[in-house]
Amino acid sequence: MATTATIHSHAPQGFIRKYIFSLDHKVIGLQYYFLALVAVFVGMFLSLLMRIHMVWPTAVLPLVGEIKPETYLSLLTMHGTIMVFFVLTTAPQGGFGNYFLPIQIGAPDMAFPVLNMLSFWTTFVAFVVILAAFFVTGGAPLHGWTGYAPLSALTNSGPGEQLGADLWITSIAIFCIASLMGALNFITTTLDLRAKGMTMMRMPLTVWAWFITAILGLLAFGVLLSAGILLLLDRNLGTSFYVPLVVVNGQVMGHKGGSPLLWQHLFWFFGHPEVYIAILPGMGVASQLLSTFSRKPIFGYKAMVYAIMAIGFLGFMVWGHHMFMSGMSPYTAFAFSLMTMAIGVPSAIKTFNWLGTIHGGRVRFQTPMLYAIGFVSLFVSGGLSGPFLAQPVLDIPLHDTAFVVGHFHLIMGVAAIFGMFAGTYYWFPKMFGRMMNETWGRVHFFITLVGTYSIFMPMHYLGMAGQPRRYSQFTELAYLQQLMPLNRFITYAAIVTISAQVIFVINLFWSMFKGPKASDNPWESTTLEWTTATPPPHDNFGGRTPVVNHGPYEYSVPGAPRDYVMQTDPATVASH
Amino acid sequence: MATFSSPVSIDVPSTGQGGGGVRPPAYGGGGDGRGDGFPDYGQRLRRVRLGLAIGLTSVTMIFVSLTSAYVVRRGLPTLDERTNAYVRDWIPVDLPIALLLVNTALLLASSVTAELARRQITRQAALAPVRSIPGVSLGEDKGFPWLATTVVLGGAFLTGQWMAWHELADRGFYMATSASSSFVYLLTATHAVHLMGGILVLLYAAAVSLLNRPVEARRIVVDVTAWYWHFMFLLWLYIFGLVWFVR
Repeated sequence: MATTATIHSHAPQGFIRKYIFSLDHKVIGLQYYFLALVAVFVGMFLSLLMRIHMVWPTAVLPLVGEIKPETYLSLLTMHGTIMVFFVLTTAPQGGFGNYFLPIQIGAPDMAFPVLNMLSFWTTFVAFVVILAAFFVTGGAPLHGWTGYAPLSALTNSGPGEQLGADLWITSIAIFCIASLMGALNFITTTLDLRAKGMTMMRMPLTVWAWFITAILGLLAFGVLLSAGILLLLDRNLGTSFYVPLVVVNGQVMGHKGGSPLLWQHLFWFFGHPEVYIAILPGMGVASQLLSTFSRKPIFGYKAMVYAIMAIGFLGFMVWGHHMFMSGMSPYTAFAFSLMTMAIGVPSAIKTFNWLGTIHGGRVRFQTPMLYAIGFVSLFVSGGLSGPFLAQPVLDIPLHDTAFVVGHFHLIMGVAAIFGMFAGTYYWFPKMFGRMMNETWGRVHFFITLVGTYSIFMPMHYLGMAGQPRRYSQFTELAYLQQLMPLNRFITYAAIVTISAQVIFVINLFWSMFKGPKASDNPWESTTLEWTTATPPPHDNFGGRTPVVNHGPYEYSVPGAPRDYVMQTDPATVASH
Repeated sequence: MATFSSPVSIDVPSTGQGGGGVRPPAYGGGGDGRGDGFPDYGQRLRRVRLGLAIGLTSVTMIFVSLTSAYVVRRGLPTLDERTNAYVRDWIPVDLPIALLLVNTALLLASSVTAELARRQITRQAALAPVRSIPGVSLGEDKGFPWLATTVVLGGAFLTGQWMAWHELADRGFYMATSASSSFVYLLTATHAVHLMGGILVLLYAAAVSLLNRPVEARRIVVDVTAWYWHFMFLLWLYIFGLVWFVR
């Protein structure tokens, strides 16, 4: 009797329609998640090779042999690209967002299920294309994940810069299209498919985060697509968008009049919102979990919403802080610097509100909570080095050093990942009907927390001491030799931390089949996904339509029978 | 027995959906209380139109970034290696204006026919419940094939653009000849690619009309594609204006 505006209401039959070309947002969310899981292990393997090469440059490794300097550059290019696009942009938004956004707003599916399915498979194609770059003649490109021209715009600028670079650009272009389709879906769903009573200001902060992230993606990925098309034209059709008059190996190239700065502007106009796309979902998850596991409403819900909006909005105005060393006018640098510092304000509001949420709560230190607290810790650690880099004067010695590497890894490579771990441990019972192992979860947490701090904190010191980034080895540089023991420490920490991730994977897959059965609401959480069966039925709510009477974080409400009020509880239950 | 409860309205009033939760949309149960088993096409149409508006924002961003690149490049001096001085090397492209104006007229005509197709199928969708009443006849539907005309005119536009590129090449302006020519090809080709997408969707809409999909569902496809088409026409006006007046 479903009289709905969505296309399908019957569960699909057959393996292909159920698991391969599924239109169910829950299946698609898991597909994105597992794609990201594969990608993160590829990315970690690449970083392991990089770290080993940095401290033992002449080592001959199994499978890969000796790593030449140009190979090192290819490793770092692919590590960055795969991690930023196929892990950080995929799992938090495409994975958890796809799975839980419709359920948390009380919808039976995304607005456009077919488009959703196409989004995932387009992302999958993009992943295959970028992996193909490793296997073609010349190998993977070596121009960094930032792909600066003219290095990336000339086919004879280095090994990997022929077909490998073309595949890299093509993969990113395909990824842009997939992301734009996904963003369209998320925004339409959030605006149009909310259940009765689910006003915008009753949406969980996870939904707000996915919504604003989708808006960022909608506005940013088109610019990256343009940039990539121009780069392909420069490389293959002889245009000169990015390439000025250049001479390569004594040969005058046919380009004239282009501007490498154009690439930088286009790329970073995308690139900065991209890093907010990577972190905002994690912030949403942190808010959700801190509230749930402190048994307290989120401190300052409205402020949190406005802060997410402010971060998203300001995120479009700071891209020049990646270009302080490009020769820009100091006045321009000042403007970007000011805007960058301004972003610190909503970020700080969120951080203090997280602390305010925990303060005075009856905290339950289960694994999801540990990761949420870890997220806050790492967001502060990684975020605080941002304002340092936001000062053009300080950026002059720090640009392209290990300081920058430490900054963005702490915030993207650890805090955002902790957001994903938190989401995994939290939502695992709802997705798979079983609990993950709590003990091994804690072991994984502590090793990862200590390990990632050990890897990335020392990099700030190394950067201030002058260790450059993207150098394959330091054996020729006398002034860096005294930093090698610290570099070796980082490498050992990386080996341990990467190994510890195996614990997580084993926990994940073992618990799917053998974990203790979970109830429908094991964390006693209030949002809509916890009102439905485990795992949720095909239309999410079993033919019923949720009606929302409460806000998302009504914990410890005075006068209520329990210490949590579900969003669908009758309105007569006491609410704030 | 077919029940004739409330008609599908032609002009769907915009209600306070989303926003501050004035009237949160109730999915399921049908918005207008029609019988069981009827999807809420009105709601679906609004949703797909919303999706289109959002999608067109991303297309706009592509052209915003290309415009920005165009304007900056036009004003950018480059090093003349012979004189060692910075000079502006922007060569205005000798555009085949007459041909481009013809193409513009073709696209305008196709926008008109697209709109007529959109209104035609809206009327058909509105009257669909009436047709199902036994004993009621609305006469033969001898509607002009506006949809097919749109496809033909759109194809004519693309053919004209192809001819314009050849004319440009004849005048010595190839893709890599100058920055200005690169941008002219790039902007027009990007627009043409998007227009081609619109044509493919219109062909899909024409195809499904032969597959007996419900007219309300076909109406949604044609309606949204027609709006997309109008956007493509306005986008073309903008691109044409940019490369002509800012040359």
